[in-house]
Amino acid sequence: MNKLVKDAKEGIAGVQDGMTLMLGGFGLCGIPENCISALVDAGVKDLTCISNNAGVDDFGIGLMLQQRQVKKMISSYVGENDEFERQMLTGELEVDLIPQGSLAERCRAGGAGIPAFFTPAGYGTEVAIGKEVRYFDGKPHILESALHADYALVKAWKGDRYGNIIFKGTARNFNPVMAMAGKITVVEVEELVEPGELDPNFIHIPGVFVQRIFQGKGYEKRIEQLTTRPKV
Amino acid sequence: MLDRNQIAQRIAQELQNGWYVNLGIGIPTLVANYIPEGINVEFQSENGLLGMGPFPFEGEEDADLINAGKQTVTMMKGGSIFDSSMSFAMIRGQHVQLTVLGAMEVSDSGDIANWKIPGKMVKGMGGAMDLVASADNIIVAMSHTNRKGQSKLLRQCSLPLTGVKCVKKVVTNMAVLDITPNGFLLLERAPGVSVEEIQAATEGRLIIDGDVPEMNF
Repeated sequence: MNKLVKDAKEGIAGVQDGMTLMLGGFGLCGIPENCISALVDAGVKDLTCISNNAGVDDFGIGLMLQQRQVKKMISSYVGENDEFERQMLTGELEVDLIPQGSLAERCRAGGAGIPAFFTPAGYGTEVAIGKEVRYFDGKPHILESALHADYALVKAWKGDRYGNIIFKGTARNFNPVMAMAGKITVVEVEELVEPGELDPNFIHIPGVFVQRIFQGKGYEKRIEQLTTRPKV
Repeated sequence: MLDRNQIAQRIAQELQNGWYVNLGIGIPTLVANYIPEGINVEFQSENGLLGMGPFPFEGEEDADLINAGKQTVTMMKGGSIFDSSMSFAMIRGQHVQLTVLGAMEVSDSGDIANWKIPGKMVKGMGGAMDLVASADNIIVAMSHTNRKGQSKLLRQCSLPLTGVKCVKKVVTNMAVLDITPNGFLLLERAPGVSVEEIQAATEGRLIIDGDVPEMNF
């Protein structure tokens, strides 16, 4: 079960124009930096990107927006990105905004073989337009469908060539559920370890969900909102 | 009138021992600075942590440890990390006892609008729709009126909704109000603010039941 590939270029090999991608991360935390660079280099376009956020102007998915590679974004929050806003307002970019919990669960459902589920989130709002409503215990819920992706691009902390991975801190966020939902899941890790080094009791995503894994490099790990307190 | 910190301080008085609490961006974040003595609560951040601590000391920030506002944070002893789907399982499954969030408008039946101004601002709802649809106890922290001086406590929201009939309590720079079937019930006044001033700044139905005390800090 050797899933090891050489680098990001090999990782995203086969991504074609018009495909649907999932990209892990919350803000700039836990984003697949290497895969995004490789996608920019590859120049693929008309992509549908499923990601909680859309990066900032000059980092993350923002780099792909600059190159007009994204046709549609499926996200929960897209502030802090002027280029994104410009493309959205001019109609160049299609945007589907969905509640964050529904986004996470729709990815999870996609990977778990659940085609759809009912959730209370969004009932009575724009999000519910056109969706089936059903009452459970007297409370209204709307039907949300699973999300799938041709490729899921995931950033992990450590992983082995079997594809077993663990995450660090809040860089976990959407990465695990997206890892489950990709037809081809590509994982970039900060530290590639030998099989057996990771304690099986503490593996976050078992290798069964992963098709490709590689040692990432040059992580910038940009901080979006640096907030500190002075030392007393 | 209260400032942002005082609004947060008043909301902190609502905290009960043992609660798990989700604080939204803006004024709600400040609530963490005013936890009353003897009250133990744990803060949940929907990007995937429980037991969120204060901002890190300068130079000790970790790019892999942020809150839902993308600010660098720390963790308390006994904290935990999880993925986004488990985070919202906590929220939807009502394992979090209190949600505090900001709003652009609240109606007197408890509807809330805080994610979109058509044609002007579309940033997205983030986790707000999941939070308001599921939490048992939702407190809104906001100014009583907008920059133009118009009431934000309305008969009906004019902006696209985030959730319907979900807000339980509103704490503004002028007042503390409960949402009841008959409208906003005025519970407390900010120091120096009269019932008449609150009435004038409230477009939705306002219930004034006897003497309305000033807030206590």
